[in-house]
Amino acid sequence: MKTLKSVGFLLGLPIILLLWWWLATSGAPNFFVPTPAKLLTTFVETWIGERLITDVLPSIMRLVVGVLAAIVLGIVLGLAVGLNRTMRAVTEPVFEFFRALPPPVLVPVLMLLVGINDGMKIAVIISGCIWPVLLNTIEGVRSIDPVQNETSRSYGISGFARIRYQILPSATPTIMAGVRQALSIGLILMVISEMFASSSGLGFTIVQFQRSFAVPEMWSGIVVLGLIGVALSFIFQAVERRVLRWYHGLKEVENAV
Amino acid sequence: MTTQATGGVTRASVKAKASRPASKGWPKWVLGLIGIVVFLGLWELMPVVGLVQAKYLPPASEVIAALILDLGLTAFWVAVWDTMLAWLIGLVIAVVAALVLGLVIGMSPFLRHLTNSSIEFLRPIPSVALIPLAVLLFGIKLESSLLLIVYACFWQVLIQVLYGVADVDNVAMQTARSYGFSYVQRVRDVVFPTMLPYLMTGIRLAASVALILAITAELLIGSPGLGKEIALAQSGGAISGMYALILATGFLGVGINAVTRIVEKRVLSWHPSVRGEATV
Repeated sequence: MKTLKSVGFLLGLPIILLLWWWLATSGAPNFFVPTPAKLLTTFVETWIGERLITDVLPSIMRLVVGVLAAIVLGIVLGLAVGLNRTMRAVTEPVFEFFRALPPPVLVPVLMLLVGINDGMKIAVIISGCIWPVLLNTIEGVRSIDPVQNETSRSYGISGFARIRYQILPSATPTIMAGVRQALSIGLILMVISEMFASSSGLGFTIVQFQRSFAVPEMWSGIVVLGLIGVALSFIFQAVERRVLRWYHGLKEVENAV
Repeated sequence: MTTQATGGVTRASVKAKASRPASKGWPKWVLGLIGIVVFLGLWELMPVVGLVQAKYLPPASEVIAALILDLGLTAFWVAVWDTMLAWLIGLVIAVVAALVLGLVIGMSPFLRHLTNSSIEFLRPIPSVALIPLAVLLFGIKLESSLLLIVYACFWQVLIQVLYGVADVDNVAMQTARSYGFSYVQRVRDVVFPTMLPYLMTGIRLAASVALILAITAELLIGSPGLGKEIALAQSGGAISGMYALILATGFLGVGINAVTRIVEKRVLSWHPSVRGEATV
C-alpha cells in the first residue's frame, strides 16, 4: 500500500500532464506543438542512430572535458589564492568582476582569440565554469574554522598532508555548491557555443531544425537537452552524496540535538 | 548561497585576525586596487608584447577609452535600458509566479508530494534549450528574452520558497492553528517570516541568472539590448567597441550583485542571520 502510494505520487502529475498534452493536441492539429506520439517517433528517428555519434556525443565530450578542467583548475587556483591572505585581497575585485560577467559574452571573445573549433568551445566552457568553483574554493578555504587550522599547526601537519586531510575536506561543502553552479553554466555554454558558430553539435542541430521549421524535430532536440540536464543533475547528486556523506551525517546529528 | 551561509563564520574569523597585534601589511582596499592595476597592466602589455594580436585583443587603454566614449552615446544607454527592462520584467514575473505557487504547493503536503517528481525533472532543463521555441513563437521581440528569463528564474525562486516553507517550525504552525489563524493569516504571520531569507536567496540567485539569459537572448536571438550590440560590434569588426560593451555587461553584473546584497540585508535586518553578523 505504501509503495503504491509513493508510486502514485511519483507518476501522478506527469501522467496528468501527458494526458492533458495529448487531449489538447489530438483534436485540432497545432503547428507549434506536436502530439506526444508524433514527438516520440520523431525523437527515435532523429536521435537514435547516426546523429547520436556525429552530434550528441561530441557535444557531451566537450562539456565533460570543459567542466572537469574547470573544476580542477578552479580548485587548484582557489587553494593557491585562498591560503594566502594577501593574494586573496589582491585578486578579489578582479575575480568578482569575472564572476559577475555574464559567461555567454565570452563566446564572441573566444571566437576571435581561439578561432572557431573544438578548442574554442571547450575554452568557452572552461572560462565560464571556472569562476563559481574558484570563488567558492577561496571562500571555503577562507572560512575554515580557525581552531582546526591551529590544531593542524600544533600537530605539525603541514604542506600536502594539511591540504589533503584538513583543508580540502573542510572546504568541500562550499566547493560542491560551486560545482553545482558550474554544471548548469557549462550546459548553457555548450549549447550557446554551438548555436553561435558551429557546423555540428546539439545546439547547431536544434537551431537548424528551427530555421527549417521542422517543429517536431526541434522539440525532440529540446527533449534531448532536457534529458542531458536531468542526467547531469542526477550524477551530481549521486557524487555529492558520496563525497559529502560525512557532512550530511554531521548536519543530521547537529539538527537532532 | 553558500557564501552567504558562511558569512557569519568568516566575519568572526576575519575579526579575530584583525584584532591580533601583528596585523601587518596594507589595508584590503589598497591590495584590491593593486590587483586591478596589475590585471589592467597585463592586459595592456599582452597585445604590445605580441602575445595576442592587437586586432583580436586591443590594449586595455583603448577599450576603456571606447567605453568612456560609449557612455556619452544615447544608443548605448538605450541598449542598457532594453537589457535592464527585460531583466526586470522577467525577474518580477518569475518571482511572483514562483512565490505564489511555492506557497500553495509548500503549504499542502499532498501537493508537495504530487509535484516533487515533476519539479525535479523540469528544473534541470537548461533554459537555452527553449531558444528555438522562443524564436519560433516571438521572433526577435522582448517576449523571447522574457520566456528564457522567466523559465530559468522561476525554478531558482520556487525551490528556495519550497525549502523555506518546509523550514517552518511545527510548533509555531500548530500554535497558530489552535489560536484559530485563518489560511491567509498563517501564510502572512507564520510562514512568510520563516521563508523570507530563503526567498531573498532565491531572488539574489535569480537576479544574476536573469542577466545571463537576457544577454544570451540578445546575443543569439537578436532581441534589442547590450548582447545584440556585442554581436553587431563583433561582426562589424569594431573590436574595441565589443570589448567595451563586454566590460559594460560586467559592470551591470557587479551592480546587480551589489544591489541585491544591500536589499537582502535591508529586508532581513530583523533576522538573526543578518543581525548576528552585525553584532559578532
